[in-house]
Amino acid sequence: MTVMQTTEYDTIAAISTPPGEGAISIVRMSGEESLEVIAKIFKGKNLQDVRSHTINYGHIVDPETNEEIDEVMVSVMRGPKTFTREDIIEINCHGGIVPTNKILQLLLQNGARLAEPGEFTKRAFLHGRIDLTQAESVMDLIRAKTDRSMKVALNQLDGNLSKLIKNLRQDILDTLAQVEVNIDYPEYDDVETMTTKILKEKATEVKAQIEELLRTANQGKIMRDGLATAIVGRPNVGKSSLLNYLLHEDKAIVTDVAGTTRDVIEEYVNIRDVPLKLVDTAGIRDTEDKVEKIGVERSRKAIEKADLVMVLLNASEALTSEDRKLLELTQGKKRIVILNKTDLPRKIDMAEVKQLVGSEELLSTSVLKNDGLDELEEQIAKMFFNGIENSQTTVMLTNSRHIALLHQAKDSLQSVLDGIESGMPVDLCQIDMTDAWDDLGEITGDSYQDELLDQLFSQFCLGK
Amino acid sequence: MQEIKQYAGKAYDVIVVGAGHAGCEAALAAARMGNKTLLMTINLEMVAFMPCNPSIGGPAKGIVVRELDALGGEMGRNIDKTYIQMRMLNTGKGPAVRALRAQADKRQYSIEMKHTLEKQENLTLRQGIVDDLIVEDGVVKGVITNTGAHYSAKSVVLTTGTAARGKIIIGELMYSSGPNNTQPSMKLSGNLEKLGFELERFKTGTPPRVDGNTIDYSKTDEQPGDKEPHHFSYESRDEDYLPVEKQLSCWLTYTNTDTHAIIHDNLNRAPMFTGVIEGVGPRYCPSIEDKIVRFADKPRHQLFLEPEGRETDEYYVQGLSTSMPEEVQQEFVHSIDGLENAEMMRPGYAIEYDVVSPYQLRPTLETKLVSGLYTAGQTNGTSGYEEAAGQGIVAGINAGRHALGQDEITLKRSDAYIGVMIDDLVTKGTSEPYRLLTSRAEYRLILRHDNADLRLTDLGHKIGLVSDEKYAQFETKKQLIEAEISRLASIRIKPNDKVNAYLTEHGEHELKDGILASDFLKRPYVKYKDLLQFIPAPKHALEQQSIEQIEIQLKYAGYIKKSLHKVEKLKKMEAKKIPERIDYAAIDGIATEARQKLEKIRPETLAQAGRISGVNPADMSILAVYIEQGKIAKIG
Repeated sequence: MTVMQTTEYDTIAAISTPPGEGAISIVRMSGEESLEVIAKIFKGKNLQDVRSHTINYGHIVDPETNEEIDEVMVSVMRGPKTFTREDIIEINCHGGIVPTNKILQLLLQNGARLAEPGEFTKRAFLHGRIDLTQAESVMDLIRAKTDRSMKVALNQLDGNLSKLIKNLRQDILDTLAQVEVNIDYPEYDDVETMTTKILKEKATEVKAQIEELLRTANQGKIMRDGLATAIVGRPNVGKSSLLNYLLHEDKAIVTDVAGTTRDVIEEYVNIRDVPLKLVDTAGIRDTEDKVEKIGVERSRKAIEKADLVMVLLNASEALTSEDRKLLELTQGKKRIVILNKTDLPRKIDMAEVKQLVGSEELLSTSVLKNDGLDELEEQIAKMFFNGIENSQTTVMLTNSRHIALLHQAKDSLQSVLDGIESGMPVDLCQIDMTDAWDDLGEITGDSYQDELLDQLFSQFCLGK
Repeated sequence: MQEIKQYAGKAYDVIVVGAGHAGCEAALAAARMGNKTLLMTINLEMVAFMPCNPSIGGPAKGIVVRELDALGGEMGRNIDKTYIQMRMLNTGKGPAVRALRAQADKRQYSIEMKHTLEKQENLTLRQGIVDDLIVEDGVVKGVITNTGAHYSAKSVVLTTGTAARGKIIIGELMYSSGPNNTQPSMKLSGNLEKLGFELERFKTGTPPRVDGNTIDYSKTDEQPGDKEPHHFSYESRDEDYLPVEKQLSCWLTYTNTDTHAIIHDNLNRAPMFTGVIEGVGPRYCPSIEDKIVRFADKPRHQLFLEPEGRETDEYYVQGLSTSMPEEVQQEFVHSIDGLENAEMMRPGYAIEYDVVSPYQLRPTLETKLVSGLYTAGQTNGTSGYEEAAGQGIVAGINAGRHALGQDEITLKRSDAYIGVMIDDLVTKGTSEPYRLLTSRAEYRLILRHDNADLRLTDLGHKIGLVSDEKYAQFETKKQLIEAEISRLASIRIKPNDKVNAYLTEHGEHELKDGILASDFLKRPYVKYKDLLQFIPAPKHALEQQSIEQIEIQLKYAGYIKKSLHKVEKLKKMEAKKIPERIDYAAIDGIATEARQKLEKIRPETLAQAGRISGVNPADMSILAVYIEQGKIAKIG
């Protein structure tokens, strides 16, 4: 029941190119299960059969949803003729932060563990791949990066998450202790017998809570990757001016990241601490000039991708069918409806607009005159932070390691339920329950080995 | 007082000090390996004596007895010869946690073991007290007895149990004593301290015994043994099993609020609470006064009345361990249903004794301070006959191999419960008497009672404790099991009326296509016996034990595979040795707490280092790289 440090032989994975730069990112994985792990998420040739040191075309697919994540080239290099002397897989994917992270996440969910800083190099050294002088620098690397990453990891583990995980662990622990006491003290009649029925209830309950927690992982992703934001409106409504305002040099962090389809440009801005990833800015620029080529179709696509939509209406003109269509398309989305061009005489039918947007707040701006833009920024911040506070838990998952461990815990709990379903005895199903407990313990750093025994003896009166 | 004249006694290869459960196994193992062995004990009537409960086995402990048997130990055979009741526990649960327990005839158990020792070639059993060790330059050379004898030896095993400066406590009464009012060993501990050993004080206790003729059994519930035959030793045969009517029953009763009130009113006289007892007692074996204080809301506690043998009417009151004054014990015993008129034959008592802090040991049970010196059993901070015997055999084997100039052996956590126990002791130490529990083993699905022979017979044979003849039998059994498993994986059961009638009877769908016999057996309700209705019988009929193996290996294949996978990873870490002379102070970057712990425990493998609490993964990384560096620089 103790946590074993057999991590030296885990299969490890990490993004090995700097985030957000370059047209291509590489996700690297090393360890004896590399080929097994990639097989679960790769659609293309059977990589188990391909020759070593080959590069193979295919797609990364999420096995749970069958969603295609990215078009990739996968290098297969079998040990010992590799950097780490272990089997290595390198996935060359399109450089966007989102698909790269998603691919890493899939590897972690399917059997790999997130590599520690310097771990690939460490393995190379331990397997005799690099020499003594290089080893010194490896030691420094481990030391330095460990300090830093520990600080980062601690910061990332916010109090609420930690409390939540600790509660889940305690829930599991109570159950485990009861199973254990039934096994080690089978004749004690005053301890309720832990049946698979009770175990099933517990596993279902904890699993549901983990799933709820994982749902917030998407919000965490927003923190990390930016809130996908679309600006829509018919031609000449002021989209381009608004975009330029948002991208104004002194507040724009601009990384041009090539997305999965090369023609979409993503630009990042920080508005009052809210990271926005502006969707299809190219579209805005294109369509702004060529009136005849406007497409509701293009807007529709942008809206689909966006977490937040700014709908621009021209206050100096009457509503058109296109405006109505855009309002309809953004119905139910997080959106900000903006009446622009308030510097010109108002011609829009406010009664109709109000009828279309209901109780939502309407913002009036004149981007040209720099009017109402403060309110707009405030509204963006308000919507973003409110959204988070309104979610069921105030916990946010942002750390890949935490997410991967929670997925593992969820899978272990699923195995508990599967085992019960197929008629396995309670002490076998408990093996998976213990795994879930260990996974959660890795998140909070609790691996105190005698925890279970302490629980056992404080909860039950046992003895000769 | 006149000085004792010293004299030179005989020379031995191995000397074992103490003939309790650890000492007997150690001496037998060493002698059977061909070492001239001396077994010293304070009192020859106390060989393999059970000073506490009259039973052997139970969860985890029962598996240890099987492991001992597979290694060529004696405990399994001895209890199979002397039990008065046999029960399989946890039968409603999975295969990993089934546990065999026997009630022992205490006297017979002791007599039988003593006789086995006497008959053993190369083994001398002698009464006497070992007062000191002969140690030269950190190497053990022999022992000195209270009668002045100097016996030389290449290895010495200490299994001094509760005799080491033992002190019995009953209420206000306190006196120096070994177990059950025997003579204690007063000098050896001090001499160990002089050698530099750190000792601790532990405490354990035992309940009162009552006269069975004065128990009103009608007020208790009978707990009979099992009809179905069970044995501890793989050698024992079903036809020798005692019919249940020839077994003796245990009896269940309870404490009540009156009992608790009596104890409560006398807590001011309880040595546990007045500060008289200094030793640390076990949490899992609390005294009745401890239970009543800690679990005040419980209205009653279970008590089992267990016979101590066939030729005695003494009953052991399991659950009533106490060190309250005798008159208080008398009073609360009488408050219990069925014991209203019971005559107390012996009062319960607490006993304090010296323990060698186990971090001072290597996983071979050799002390780090003195080469050739081994310790086992309660001396190392454990509690329980089985725990003692399990360490005894390992210490005996290694003392024997040391004397023969052979490599020592260690059992891994994935090999045996004995391995789990020793690793826990030497890696984590213990702050209370250590008892094995199934929850201490991370691979308990691998460490089952049914497969102890498959796990350990090879080793037992290799070290010479399992004879060629027995090994050949074991090999045959193993081959038959393997052959039958592959046969089942090659036979297809086709849908027919017979199979479908069977399935319908179990509320299952009928077969549409053929199914492999091995897959069919995986269904929870299908027994191997049932399977034989649908497929031809194997060439050689299988014994029940082998059938159980096949069922377990197939039915739980998925879980077993997962566990084995974890074990494989662990084994790789176990293979990473840490150089003996490593200087932790010279390793830059290891956290201070980890450095101190590593320095104190001096783990032998990276896996062991990783199990030390306070050594975190970053420390492990640095340690691994450092060791590899040393190898390259050829300084390691």
